[in-house]
Amino acid sequence: MTIKNFAFSPPTLTVKAGTKVTWTNTDPDAHTVTSKQGSGGPLQSAALATNETYSYTFTQPGTYPYYCTIHPFMTATVEVTP
Amino acid sequence: MTEDTPDGGGGEHGMTRRQLIRHSAWFGGAIVLTVTAGEVISHIPGSANAAPASSADLRFVQVSDSHIGFQGPANMDVTGTFAAAINQVNSLGFRPDFVMHSGDLTHLSTPAQFDQVKQMLSQLDTDRVFAVPGEHDSIGDNGPRAYRQAFGQNTLGDGWYSFDTHGVHFIALVNTLHLEQLGHLGNDQIDFVRKDIAGLSSDTPIVIFSHIPLFAMYPTWGWGTDDAVQLLSMFRRFSSVTCLNGHVHQLFSKTEGNITFHSARPTCYPFPKPGEGPAPLPVVLPAGRLKDAIGVRTVNYWQGNHALAVKDEKLA
Ligand SMILES: [Cu+2]
Repeated sequence: MTIKNFAFSPPTLTVKAGTKVTWTNTDPDAHTVTSKQGSGGPLQSAALATNETYSYTFTQPGTYPYYCTIHPFMTATVEVTP
Repeated sequence: MTEDTPDGGGGEHGMTRRQLIRHSAWFGGAIVLTVTAGEVISHIPGSANAAPASSADLRFVQVSDSHIGFQGPANMDVTGTFAAAINQVNSLGFRPDFVMHSGDLTHLSTPAQFDQVKQMLSQLDTDRVFAVPGEHDSIGDNGPRAYRQAFGQNTLGDGWYSFDTHGVHFIALVNTLHLEQLGHLGNDQIDFVRKDIAGLSSDTPIVIFSHIPLFAMYPTWGWGTDDAVQLLSMFRRFSSVTCLNGHVHQLFSKTEGNITFHSARPTCYPFPKPGEGPAPLPVVLPAGRLKDAIGVRTVNYWQGNHALAVKDEKLA
């Protein structure tokens, strides 16, 4: 997963359960990878400076919406299939 | 640079009626921006305050978006430019009654960054330094905690407060927590404001500080506040309401009815104009041009005058 120009790319990522997903921030500003409020999701990165990464291994199938808490208009989803 | 704030009535830098109308059309409301020697002065037409700043009853300064901790080609030395902005405030030729930092004091909300910016702000030659948090001061669970430890003394709720001086009522708001798409105030804060202004006479001038604009400057990039209309509807009865914000890293002014909005320059680096390019990415300017895009703001107020005179200066 890449974070570029204030967008998560791709906006929807589909992976099998057990897959480790890594986000890399290529922007000059900082971003976070954070599960949407109220979604109960597990994503909770620190603020990622340029070229910093965050990884999470999805074990449970489901839909995981997330956003950047610094720039909350940045949203995306990970779909985890069995 | 003259300290005068020319009105629509003519004079050396005065605007003709035609110019005034044209400026009003640009900015969608009755606000005049006068460019003198590359600096922008704005005021409300009809407020005949062509008086020099030295005669003002209240003089305060707004600085914004220092982003202490940022590293990148848009500004390789945010500490240096913030220090230069502080020097500029200390060299204004008058001692401001207070200085407000309108948020994004830090880049990543770390305790070390808060310590550094607080130490730098203590160099200001003024009686009081105020702040409101930016979203960069509100990262994670620890950001808001560290912000309030450094700047939240004598505040309510998540860090909001109000104060009065020289007959002006000031309200400092927090709209960088619980974000979904845009800035957000929340019902507790709106209730605070409702009670806060209940006893005020309608001719009390109001100044509202927030980090994220309280008007819809460009919602696609998060440049707006989702419940601002609820807040601002409570201010319709007042004759003068001035909203001062940061966040967008560029000058912008607009009037809606009795309310005037002014976005301030940052001290770090500019953002593109709304919609120019894919995102609000820090703009990398050619060497030597950065200081034209950053700066400080002074605001003058004469008692008995409804409008405040806002003067934006580039970094010296
Ligand atoms: Cu972000």
